[in-house]
Formats: sequence, C-alpha cells, structure tokens
Amino acid sequence: MRKFIRGNEAVIIGALSAGCEAYYGYPITPASEIAHAAAEYFPVLGKEFLQAECETGAINMIYGAASTGKLVMTASSGPGISLMQEGLSYLAGSQLPAVIVNVMRTGPGLGNIGPEQADYNQAVKGGGHGNYRNIVLAPASVQEMCDLTIRAFELAFQYRNPAIVLADAVLGQMMESLHIPDKVMESPCTDSWAVRGDSCTRNNLITSIYLDPDRHEQHNQMLQDKYENMQKEASAMTYRIKDAEIILTGYGSSARIARSAVDALREEGIRAGLFRPITLSPFPIQQLNSAAMGRNVLVVEMSNGQYRNDILLHLERAKDTKVELINRMGGNLVRVDDVITAARNIVGVKA
Amino acid sequence: MNKKATGFYESFDRKDGSRTTTYCAGCGHGIVQKLIAEAIADMELQDDTVFISPVGCAAFCYYYFDCGNVAAPHGRASAVATGISRSIPGKVVIAYQGDGDLGAIGFNNAFQAANRGDGFACFFINNSLYAMTGGQMAPTTVAGQKTTTTPYGRDVSRDGYPLRVCEVFAQLEAPTYIARVSVADTKRIMQAKKAVRRAIEIQRDGKGFAFVEVLSPCPTNWRMDSIESARYCTDVMEKTFPLGCYRDRSSEAEIIQPRKATTTLRDLLGSSTVVESVVDASFPTIGMKFSGFGGQGVLSLGLVIAEAAGRAGRFVSWFPSYGPEQRGGAASCSVVMSGQEIGSPTVDAPDILVAMNQPSLERFAPNVRSGGAVIYDPSIPVEFKPPTGVRMLPFPAIEVAKNAGVPKAVNTAFLGALSAHDLLPIDDDHLLSALADSFAAKPHLVEKNIEVFKAARQTVWEDKVEMGR
Ligand code: SF4
Repeated sequence: MRKFIRGNEAVIIGALSAGCEAYYGYPITPASEIAHAAAEYFPVLGKEFLQAECETGAINMIYGAASTGKLVMTASSGPGISLMQEGLSYLAGSQLPAVIVNVMRTGPGLGNIGPEQADYNQAVKGGGHGNYRNIVLAPASVQEMCDLTIRAFELAFQYRNPAIVLADAVLGQMMESLHIPDKVMESPCTDSWAVRGDSCTRNNLITSIYLDPDRHEQHNQMLQDKYENMQKEASAMTYRIKDAEIILTGYGSSARIARSAVDALREEGIRAGLFRPITLSPFPIQQLNSAAMGRNVLVVEMSNGQYRNDILLHLERAKDTKVELINRMGGNLVRVDDVITAARNIVGVKA
Repeated sequence: MNKKATGFYESFDRKDGSRTTTYCAGCGHGIVQKLIAEAIADMELQDDTVFISPVGCAAFCYYYFDCGNVAAPHGRASAVATGISRSIPGKVVIAYQGDGDLGAIGFNNAFQAANRGDGFACFFINNSLYAMTGGQMAPTTVAGQKTTTTPYGRDVSRDGYPLRVCEVFAQLEAPTYIARVSVADTKRIMQAKKAVRRAIEIQRDGKGFAFVEVLSPCPTNWRMDSIESARYCTDVMEKTFPLGCYRDRSSEAEIIQPRKATTTLRDLLGSSTVVESVVDASFPTIGMKFSGFGGQGVLSLGLVIAEAAGRAGRFVSWFPSYGPEQRGGAASCSVVMSGQEIGSPTVDAPDILVAMNQPSLERFAPNVRSGGAVIYDPSIPVEFKPPTGVRMLPFPAIEVAKNAGVPKAVNTAFLGALSAHDLLPIDDDHLLSALADSFAAKPHLVEKNIEVFKAARQTVWEDKVEMGR
C-alpha cells in the first residue's frame, strides 16, 4: 500500500510496523505531528499514548516502559532533546532499548523552528554524561523516516541500547510517497532482562549503579565492547561515485540537496558523486574510505561543521586532498547553486 | 541483624550476601520497607510486583525486595512508575521516594502522576532533609530547622515554607488514597502498617494512585540518638505535618481498564491512493512554488498537485513553510515532480510560480527560471521588471471563484488555470480525483470546487481564443 504522507507521520507508521507499544512525548515544533499521529493511532490500536508533563517526564516514562521490555518511543526537537539527555545516559547505562526521534530545529537556546543539523555531536557523541554511545540513524526521505524507525527498533533491541532517528525539520514536514510495510515485526524476547511483574522476570533488575569501581569499570568496558561490535551495522549509500573526481557528502536533507547538485554538476561535465551515511553512529568508516579515499570532498550540512569534523576524523587522506565545507545555519537550507559553485571551485572549473 | 521479614530476599546477595541493610540504627527506612515487603508477601504479590528505587539512602531497595526491581534516576521514580504501570496494567507497581527526590526535583512528575491517577503506590519518606548527600535542606525541612544548607535554621521568609505534599495532592481529583503516617513508635507503626497495606491493596485491585507519606527519623543527619529522633518526629515534625488519612476512595474507585484495540492500522490508513513511482527519463524535473497568505489555501493547492502527480506515478515531493502560517503570516510550499528520484525537495528557482498576493509575487518572481511561468491574480500590481524569458500570466482567480459562488476557492481556480495553460503535465483525471479527495472531510464542497476548476479552465481557453492563440 502507498500513501502520500508527511515525514513525521511516516515515523509513526514505521513505529507501528515495528510493533511499538507506547509513545510518551511532549509537544514541540517541528516534531509535533509525530505526537499527533501517535495520539490518533496508538489508543485505538490498544497501545499506550501519553502526553507527558515535560520532556524529562517523557524520557523517564520511556525508561520505565522500556524496563518492561516493550517497544517504546518518543520524539522531540532541540530544547526538548536537550532535556532528555540525562534519561538517554540512564537508558544507555541500564542497557534499555528505546527509540528517540529528533526532528532537528535551530539552536542554540530557543533558536527557532527552522531546519538545522546542529545536534549532530549531541546525538553521535552522546549528549549526556558517561562513556556511552547512542545508535544514530539518518533518514533522507519520507520512506526512510518510516524504514529507519523500524531499523532503529531492531538495532535498539539487538544491542539493548537507545537508538536515535536523527531527522531534521525538512524531513519531518515534507510529504512524499510512502510504501507502507506489509507486516509487523515480531516482538523480541526480553525474558532475560525485562521486569514485567511476573514470575519469569522476578529476579531481573534494571539499574545503572555500580558501587565498586572495578565492577563499574567492567560494566563500562562491556559497553565499549558492545559499541565496537555495533560497528558491523554501519551503513551508507553512494550515488554516481564510480568515476567521480569530487565526492559530495551530507546526511539527511542536506544529502538531498547534494544529490541535486551532483546531477547538475554532471550535466556541466564535472564528475561528481555522492556519499550519504545512513548510520551516523556507528559511523560508516570503511564505506566512507572506499567511496572517497584519494578524492576531494565537499561536505554539505546545516551546522558549523560537526559532520565535516567526523569526515576529517575518519577519512584517510593525502596532504593535498581537500575536505571543504559548504554550510548554512539558523534555519537556512544550503542552496543547490551554492553547492555547485563550491564544487566547481574545488575542481578548479570557472563557471 | 534485622529480624527476618517476609518479602525480602533470603540473603542480600546484591549487597554482600549478609542479612544487614545499609541503613543507620534508628533510621525509618528499614521499618517502612519491612512493612511494604511483608504486605507484598502476605498478599502473595511478589510475582506481580515491580519496585522502583529512588536515588538517596534508599537507592538500594533492590538489595532487599524479592520482586522485579528497577532503579530510577533522581526524582524520577514517579515518571518511571507511570511508564511501567501503563505497560503492565494489572500489576503492582511501587515507587519509593525521599523528600528531596519527590518534593523538590521530581515534584512535578509525582504531582502530574497523582493528577492522572496513574496506577501505582507512591511511598514518600519525609525525614525533613537530603540524607545521603549530607543533610541539606529539603522542601520538607521545618521552619527554623538547621541543616547543612540552613546552618542558621530555615528562614521561611527566604527559603520558603515546609511543603505539605499530602495537603497539595488532596486538592487533586484523581488520587484514590492519600495518607500521612509516622514510624516513630509502635503505635504509629501499626497505623503506618494499615496505610501501607491499603495502598498495596489498591494496586492489587487496579484502583489507581495511592500515596503514603511517612514521617521517618534520620538520627544520623539530625545528630540525635534513636530515642531523641523518634521524639523529634512526634513532637516537632507532626506539628507541621499532621498525621491522618487525607483521602480514601478505595471502595468507590473505578478499576483501571487496559486499552483495547478497536481497529487495525490498515483500516486507519484506508486504501492506497498514490502508485509506485516509475523512472521515466523523458519526464523533466519541475520545481513549483505556491505562495500567498496563510488561509488562502496555498498549501492545499500544492498538495493537490503533488498528490495528483503521485497518482500519475511520478516522483514527487511537497515541502511547506510551517509554523507561522497557522497564525496568518506568509505561507508557501514547494512541489518537485520528476521522472526520477528527487534530490532537493526545496525549490530555490521555480519553473512555475503561483503567487496569490503581492509580497509573495515580489519575493519569488525574480528567482523564476528562464522558460518558466508566473501565474498571479491581476488585482496584484506588478511593480517590478519580470526576469527575462519568464511568462507572466495574470489570471482572475478571485473573480472566477466568486462568480462560481465559492469565493474561498481561489486556489482551485488557480489549479484550473494551471491545467488550462498546460503547465501541469498530469492528466486532469488525477487532478480532479486528488481535488475531490482533498475535500473528504467536507464532501459538500467537492462539486462546487470541480465547477470552479472547470470555470477557470474555460476562462483561460476563451482568453486564448480571443487572443488568437
Ligand atoms: S542517613 Fe538518615 S536516612 Fe540515611 S540511612 Fe542514615 S538515618 Fe536513614
């Protein structure tokens, strides 16, 4: 089945297709349509929906509901996601699976409701306290708002870790054709760790506190090993890179803009290609290197270069390889024409 | 050595395998927890119970309680309990919180859970200060009481008054049970035991929110011995925090029913509208911009066209301006349709611009691509030089809509004009079905809008004939 649907609503269709059982959230533009859709669909499908009193409340309700082994989610943006950071750290520390959707808006502070990608570090590096990481997926279409929400649930349960769907206001607000998944995912078995108030889980404990430093270090090390192990889930897609002399890269809606620029550059004879990460954490290091090693790179993003810094970190490159940034902030989208001009400059072609 | 209480683990293996707790001599925590554990065991609820530990001296309740255990962040046991109780309806969920935890940082979570009547028992231990962190002032610190952060005594004119949580919660409609008890002496412990049992019975019976505040000695931070601190509890604290039952609606309270599915996702979503997009190299990428005031139907005009393109098997995206337009500001949306996967869903340089007011005409017309077209109402004065190679197409949409008797359908008039000017490479069948479906909620408007669409088309055709084109 196919519908022409808003990105934010596609998130909920994805969540329901994953078997999500509960939504706890607090309204904020530009993520609110996710809550609207959840409020419309969850209760009549026998699932839980609750508008919490604040984002701190919401993320702790998620912590509680996740403790019972249910598939649970929340969605927010900017300041709301900042308020949830303590909860994310607790989820990671207690190894609880949950899906958090961030429809990024502008910051810092109140900022505004326009699109930005400035919460990259917060999501990818772990915005709360402690040695932890989130799983972070970056949709770039309405279809992926649905599909990567499903994937987020899969990975969250596979690794017992919070998973963030890092979208932005463009993806949340835009509409595209969505193929609605045909079946609902089977719910994972959580008997070994969940606490459900039954005899089977009576001995289970959800906690993140360790009084003994050695035992605590062990727990931390186990988490690091888990993150290392997650690396195999890294994924990315490429477009027209085979003979490319320059690689454009970006995630989310910036990748869409970069893709338009690739086509336009090709039309004028510049061999451009696109590298688009789908997972930001784990970062697709090997995929990046096989797509871009030895080539000049132009990073397109709506932030001060947070994603570019990860390209610099992960891309093995010669001294003369260029990694440049074309960016906008404050709610402005990068213009396709500006990307084209920046790419021409890198390859040394005058318009 | 504690006297062996039922409901606790045989030995405290999560601690050190002993049977001793982490609490100081004379502390109220051990007594309250024993009452709770015994109640759970006596009612044979250990398999059905989830216990939520707070942060503070009682952080390690899970060392002791032989049931499912969850350790909550500081202040959040009530929010965590909300999430748990709604996930496992019919089970017994217990949140245990101290006075800093519940009265200060987590007050709103507990208060809102109480106001929703969430299905858990909340035990609130009031020992008038933050104990584990070193005896700082809590919301419950009594007037004049010395703590490490009120070394000269709590000055109510600056530090506020002791917070009476039972009295606050008693203002709410939803709670089923609210009581304040004490564990300072045997007589009081017997009363506390009854209140604890009542709160847990209410959970067993699924009857909503139960709140028990317990005045509890903290000899260590009060710098008193057990006897003195028991006396302090009774002689001083009870003056500020009177004991008693503040609410008991357990006999008439309704049983919380789990939610039931009344439909399926398939039924909610209805049938397919758009079809799978087909790659068609001969179909160009067209960027369209629709703009005007909020309330003029700018967004829905773009949406009808996008939906129609989807029905025709094109790749298509629709991206709105959002937020302010709901409050009457400027509104615009971008539609991109293509024979291949769409890159940017935003339109910097449109091929087609529909401008429904002067500001949007002036803002977007200069960016229209050469070879493109601008369609606008002739009532808008054009006070600029249009870019070269761009067709300026005035169309009397306001008049056409008015004459057809639907003055609000200006957007539909533009839709007809776009079609008649051959600016939309989509069959009219798709346009009309998308238009009709866009009025699904107001079926009486379908026919009228189709009339407007046809009248608009007619106007353009007649114009063309007149001009001999
Ligand atoms: S410090 Fe006070 S509250 Fe904490 S265990 Fe000791 S007596 Fe009890």
